[in-house]
Amino acid sequence: MKFGTNLMLGGALFAMVIIAGIFAPWLAHTDPVMAADLMYAEEPPGSAFWFGTDAQGRDIYSRVLYGARISLTVGIVSQLINTVIGVCLGLSAGYWGGWWDDFVNGLTNLMLAVPSLIFALAIMAILNPGLTSLLIALGLTNWSFTCRIARASALSLKSQGYVQAAKVLGYGDLRIMLTQLLPNMLGPIIVIGTLGMGGAVLAEATLSFLGLGIRPPFPSWGSMLSDAREQITTAPWISIFPGLAIFVTVLGLNLLGDGLRDILDPHSRSRRA
Amino acid sequence: MLSYLVRRILQTVPIILAVAFLVFVMFSVIPGTFAASLSDDGRAIVDVTVVERMNKEFGLNDPLYVRFGKYVGQLAQFDLGMSFRTRQPVTKVLADRMWPTLQLSFAAMLFAIAIGVPLGFIAAMRSGSFVDTISMVVAVSGLSLPKFWLGLLLMYLFALVLGWLPSFGYGDGSLRYLILPSIALGVAPMALLARTTRAAVLDIMNADFVRTARAKGMSESRVVRWHLTRNALVLILTTVGLQFGTVIGQAVVVEKLFSWPGIGSLLVDSVTLRDIPVVQGAILAIVLFFLFVNTLVDVLCAVIDPRIKYT
Amino acid sequence: MTTKPLLEVEHLRIDLAIGDARFAAVQDVSFTIMRGETLGLVGESGCGKSITALSLIGLLRPPLNLSGGAVRFDGQEIQNLPADEMRKLRGNRIAMIFQEPMTALNPLSTVGRQIAEMFVLHKGKSWAEAERLAIEALVSVRVPAPERRVKDYPHQLSGGMRQRVMIAIALACDPDLLLADEPTTALDVTVQAEILDLIKDLCAARGTAVLMISHDLGLIANMCQRVGVMYAGRIVEERAAEEIFQAPRHPYTNGLIASLPLLGARARHGRQRLKEIAGVVPPVAAFPQGCRFHPRCYAASETCRAVDPVETHLPQGGFVRCHHHV
Repeated sequence: MKFGTNLMLGGALFAMVIIAGIFAPWLAHTDPVMAADLMYAEEPPGSAFWFGTDAQGRDIYSRVLYGARISLTVGIVSQLINTVIGVCLGLSAGYWGGWWDDFVNGLTNLMLAVPSLIFALAIMAILNPGLTSLLIALGLTNWSFTCRIARASALSLKSQGYVQAAKVLGYGDLRIMLTQLLPNMLGPIIVIGTLGMGGAVLAEATLSFLGLGIRPPFPSWGSMLSDAREQITTAPWISIFPGLAIFVTVLGLNLLGDGLRDILDPHSRSRRA
Repeated sequence: MLSYLVRRILQTVPIILAVAFLVFVMFSVIPGTFAASLSDDGRAIVDVTVVERMNKEFGLNDPLYVRFGKYVGQLAQFDLGMSFRTRQPVTKVLADRMWPTLQLSFAAMLFAIAIGVPLGFIAAMRSGSFVDTISMVVAVSGLSLPKFWLGLLLMYLFALVLGWLPSFGYGDGSLRYLILPSIALGVAPMALLARTTRAAVLDIMNADFVRTARAKGMSESRVVRWHLTRNALVLILTTVGLQFGTVIGQAVVVEKLFSWPGIGSLLVDSVTLRDIPVVQGAILAIVLFFLFVNTLVDVLCAVIDPRIKYT
Repeated sequence: MTTKPLLEVEHLRIDLAIGDARFAAVQDVSFTIMRGETLGLVGESGCGKSITALSLIGLLRPPLNLSGGAVRFDGQEIQNLPADEMRKLRGNRIAMIFQEPMTALNPLSTVGRQIAEMFVLHKGKSWAEAERLAIEALVSVRVPAPERRVKDYPHQLSGGMRQRVMIAIALACDPDLLLADEPTTALDVTVQAEILDLIKDLCAARGTAVLMISHDLGLIANMCQRVGVMYAGRIVEERAAEEIFQAPRHPYTNGLIASLPLLGARARHGRQRLKEIAGVVPPVAAFPQGCRFHPRCYAASETCRAVDPVETHLPQGGFVRCHHHV
């Protein structure tokens, strides 16, 4: 693939999803939750219902548009939480070292030992289903990569001349970390954050599909698919469009992440594939 | 070598203990008890005396530290407690579900390796060609597909439209039932393996020692077989190990979709029913398996790569 | 001597492909090496020395390729040899050692096996026999305790030891020609001398001709009978070693020699700033018109900017490629 193709294509797909989410109230044809009409249940895609209707007669096109809001909210916010946690822990552990570093290392190893979906599922199990719980469950379980990268770059950066110079000048630890170390590790962290966002969107859909995330009737792509399974013989289109929306969103974010990596973090390109 | 193995195994002990502690604490602060959840579900009407009796029976009225002490004591004897719901020992419930999950995970990884590694290899050998572009498009798409959606589509096409394969369930445990779920589960690791393999092979193809091998007068096929493959294998093996763990985690959703009677669907069902001992046991089992595979891969890598020190 | 030269390179051209465009990374390079002779190729990095050597044994990889000229080895044209014919030559009759002893050996194989491979590949030996020969090869490159060393992996050896192993591999099959691409650049100064002596002694004893590539003039002066100076993909001056160092003809050679720190005569005239050649080697795609050295040359004239100089052959042998050669 030519240089830049990933970035452009990924950016375009992601921008499309963002626009769909923001302008959902204007783009949608009907209310995504309330406008159920059993007279029009399981209508195939056509001029009236672009993506068809579901078993309750709701317009799938409108529901998919509103679903973008949930996916994007969960994806962006939870990944932001992950990034903040990962950077804070990794940066401070790498910079300070000592027992704090050991502690953070242990915590990271613990996080890596539990598959993140299982961890998120366990958290969802003790919280009530809903948006806030999802943000907590997904925001707390996927910071280990960011943490490792931040720690590694803090370790290698702290012995550099300019950081030592800042120390000699009497800069405080916090100031050194924020002004000297952080800017120099942003590239890889943005890349991981973008790819992680795709992972978070997938995880939200998965948890909602399992009935542990967003509960029906709210239009999360995952929960829409969970309902759709029952109608797959009679109305397969109910399964097609929400899944396609997830696919397009995650594909966009993955391509965007790859493209950003080519620009921001060219050395690691081959390593992390 | 043996001491390396022992050390690697010992290193996992604190992690296992920490996970056990975490899992215990998480599910001890859980709002709502199992007994109360019975009435929540509206499946059974339970009066106060029954709730009281059940709490007593399962020791749920004791203070937290007493319960954790008991829990650790039980763990040491490989006793994971009794299922709230079926009143069977959790170990037995897990043992019944272990085999299908292992089957599914192995089949998915087999699919991932059989397709992903050759795909990445070919892509790297013809880097920049049409084949390369196509395989990388396949790879990035595979990584972006939600498993349950892919599963639904496979189910629709191969089971409902074409009627070639059963749509869900374990059936008699024959291979036919295994195909669709393992593809749904295996596509993502396949995609990742294709990308890793391609990157590893490209890296090594440009390595100095491969140039040395050519300068020695070695034939191209021998360079590929002897120098390239073995060196790429270490990188690929590491990815396989990591992906194996992920697959066990992700199996949850595929098992649920295909009504596959494994640990994953057990976990989801038990979460919904608040059958805490089973949830705890299932999570521990998954983590144990994950650690086991990763340790195994580390040891294998150490066997292949002399640079990894046994110390 | 009236014998035929071992290696004759005529009007060699190497193209670099960038997209659909082709640029001559090496152009019109000709030289000969007699049996047992050592020819030095010297120049700054990026001037085409290494790819010239790689092209001789068909090891150029895209985007580089050999696009013109002739390479005659022992009377036979080899630039278009089929792959497996070339392979029989490579390692067997023309061997090569590289700059990076850290990465030039396969990290997953024992050094013994990597040496033994040569005997299996070219001499049809069994692995057992080859492993025994590998120990002898290590003895010849003066590696202590060779019986133990053959079982070591490259990461267990020092840089100097690894380069000895590389030499053992290269000389395993008694080649006629050794291409040595910056063989000591990556090593400690003390080790450099040992390795150079080793190459010198072994090749002299076996009558192996050497193409020694380096940016280090001192090294070249010490090792070579004749020297070719390369700049921007061309040989700009090629003469006997003593002559070129005493009376350089090309302004670039002059600049290279003037930039050497000398402890002898010049140092006695008091402290002097080392002279340097202003500017850098231009990238392949941006070689200038006319003489390629003119933007950095103190003697550049209008002619130099417009007309590409040709080789001027000198009465005492060798040539220089300059309009103003001194």
